Amino acid sequence: MAKKTAKAGWLELMKPYFEDMKHTLYLWRRNPLAIIGTVIIATFVFVAIFAPLLTPYNPNAQELEIKLQAPSWEHPFGTDQFGRDILARILYGSRIAMQIIIIVTLISGLLGVSVGIIAGYFGGALDDILMRVTDMFLAFPRLVLAMAFAAMLGPNLANMIIAISLVNWTPYARIARAEALREKGKPYVESIKSMGASNFRILFSHILPMSISPVLVQITLRMGTIIITAASLGFLGLGAQPPSPEWGVMVSDGRTFLIDQWWISTFPGIAIALIVLGFNLLGDGIRDMLDPRLRR
Amino acid sequence: MNIWSYIIKRLFLMVIVLFGVACIVFFIAHVIPADPVTALLGGNAPDEVIERMEEKLGYNRPLIVQFGDFMSGAVVGDFGESLRTNNPVIEDINTYFPATLELTIFAMLIAITLGLILGILSAVHRNKWIDHFSRIFSIIGVSMPVFWTGLLLLLLFYYKLDWLPGAGRLGFFTTPPEQITGMYLVDSLITGNWSAFKEALLHLLLPAFCLGYLATASIARTTRSSMLDVMKQEFITTAKAKGLSKRVVINRHALKNSLIPTVTIIGLTFGSLLEGAVLTETVFSIPGLGRYITAGLLALDYNSVMGGTLYIAFVYSLANLIVDILYAFLDPRMRT
Repeated sequence: MAKKTAKAGWLELMKPYFEDMKHTLYLWRRNPLAIIGTVIIATFVFVAIFAPLLTPYNPNAQELEIKLQAPSWEHPFGTDQFGRDILARILYGSRIAMQIIIIVTLISGLLGVSVGIIAGYFGGALDDILMRVTDMFLAFPRLVLAMAFAAMLGPNLANMIIAISLVNWTPYARIARAEALREKGKPYVESIKSMGASNFRILFSHILPMSISPVLVQITLRMGTIIITAASLGFLGLGAQPPSPEWGVMVSDGRTFLIDQWWISTFPGIAIALIVLGFNLLGDGIRDMLDPRLRR
Repeated sequence: MNIWSYIIKRLFLMVIVLFGVACIVFFIAHVIPADPVTALLGGNAPDEVIERMEEKLGYNRPLIVQFGDFMSGAVVGDFGESLRTNNPVIEDINTYFPATLELTIFAMLIAITLGLILGILSAVHRNKWIDHFSRIFSIIGVSMPVFWTGLLLLLLFYYKLDWLPGAGRLGFFTTPPEQITGMYLVDSLITGNWSAFKEALLHLLLPAFCLGYLATASIARTTRSSMLDVMKQEFITTAKAKGLSKRVVINRHALKNSLIPTVTIIGLTFGSLLEGAVLTETVFSIPGLGRYITAGLLALDYNSVMGGTLYIAFVYSLANLIVDILYAFLDPRMRT
């Protein structure tokens, strides 16, 4: 009996959260663009996981007898100059795209949030220095800086991921700093401080969890940009290198054949546009759902 | 705070940031590459060739001396010679940058026109079909990679329909107008060279549209939301109640007051256009600064990379500074 009331008490306690989630779900269902975005991203994740099951072809197997074939039932998106099936390459390319998003988000998120909360929490000279460094990174057009990092590290997939991470952390740092600044003035921080908690403890077990959610929103909003930057670097020859089925590389591969074999460049481009569209629709949806003016 | 002291403060900050920017650029070109000369010449180069190259690049000197050299050069715009073109880098920048500037400004004009029209229309006809159309049109614009849109536009309008010219800034047989600003449109206007003007304009249409479309979204969305905010306010109701026509209310009352966020966004957009210009120039073979930097990076031409990157960062910071100052003029609350 006592157990049951405890459980009911827990449910009672969580009720506002459930209500909130239900309301979010309701807003999501009423936003057709957000639903489309969710479906696109879900498909993308599915394809990236199950790529080998979705196509009988090897993305890198060259068969010169069937090179430059137009789309057909056998090869729905046609074949390229080495007779590789373009659909298979796009499906496998989604794994590369996914890998880029995850690693870049992790590195730049970690870097940005650490810089941001440290600057915001400690304030003073440290804050000034860290924010000026952020300004310095923001003084470059992002793609140009990523290009320079990627080229000097040596153009390949891993270095491109590092390069994008190095230019992508700044917006996270700014948001995390603003959140930490607001959080550190609150009375609860003062009370744990008076209880003798160390800065480290306050920073990581109190300030961090309280300031993370706006950063998470920003991270989702920026995932599309990451894909575009990666594809752009690949296209320019400063990212993943052929024969990698990275989508930007594939668009660049097909450039020479654009006039007569339009499908080589067109389909990977559609893949990029579609995934980025998905992230943008989802991001817009999330922003709308979190907008207090629209919430109630 | 007085506006002049605000400007001085911002200028001072910009100098600090630019110093840091130069440090980052130096770090990228001198510290990251483990063995720049071998990377440049390939693994099998004879020792004396390597030594000569090190001498030429100055890589055999201590890092701190190289840094001092780079900094003192950068202040006066001397970035050394490009290994690829054998010209002083600053001369190359002078040749290539006007093309980039022309493209960016033209794209910006397209983006502002399209963005403002779409933004105002979708605020006035909120949740009607034009609002939905504008939303979808803009979101597709930011989702398509610029280099791919460029290729498709080339394929359609140049190869298939043959309505517009393809690569480059002018036709093969057209002599460029006399160089005054380096922007062909402006130069041919000044010299009254109409055939070159027409050529340059036609060549600019596709790349500028491709680039401008990218920036339309943010301008349209910002104009829409700030218009909607303003339209809710009481002075609009008053204006309507006075019996003013809808046109006057929208143009004279609502639009003017909702332009401040749009101005900021337009300034911020400049950066993304500079970024996109790198890709557009590559696709349309426009000899601009973006293409110069890309070629320099691929050929490991360290001097041109450092010079070009630093120059772009400088222009970008300058644009941001101008936006901040403009903003301070428009909105006194910002001068803190």
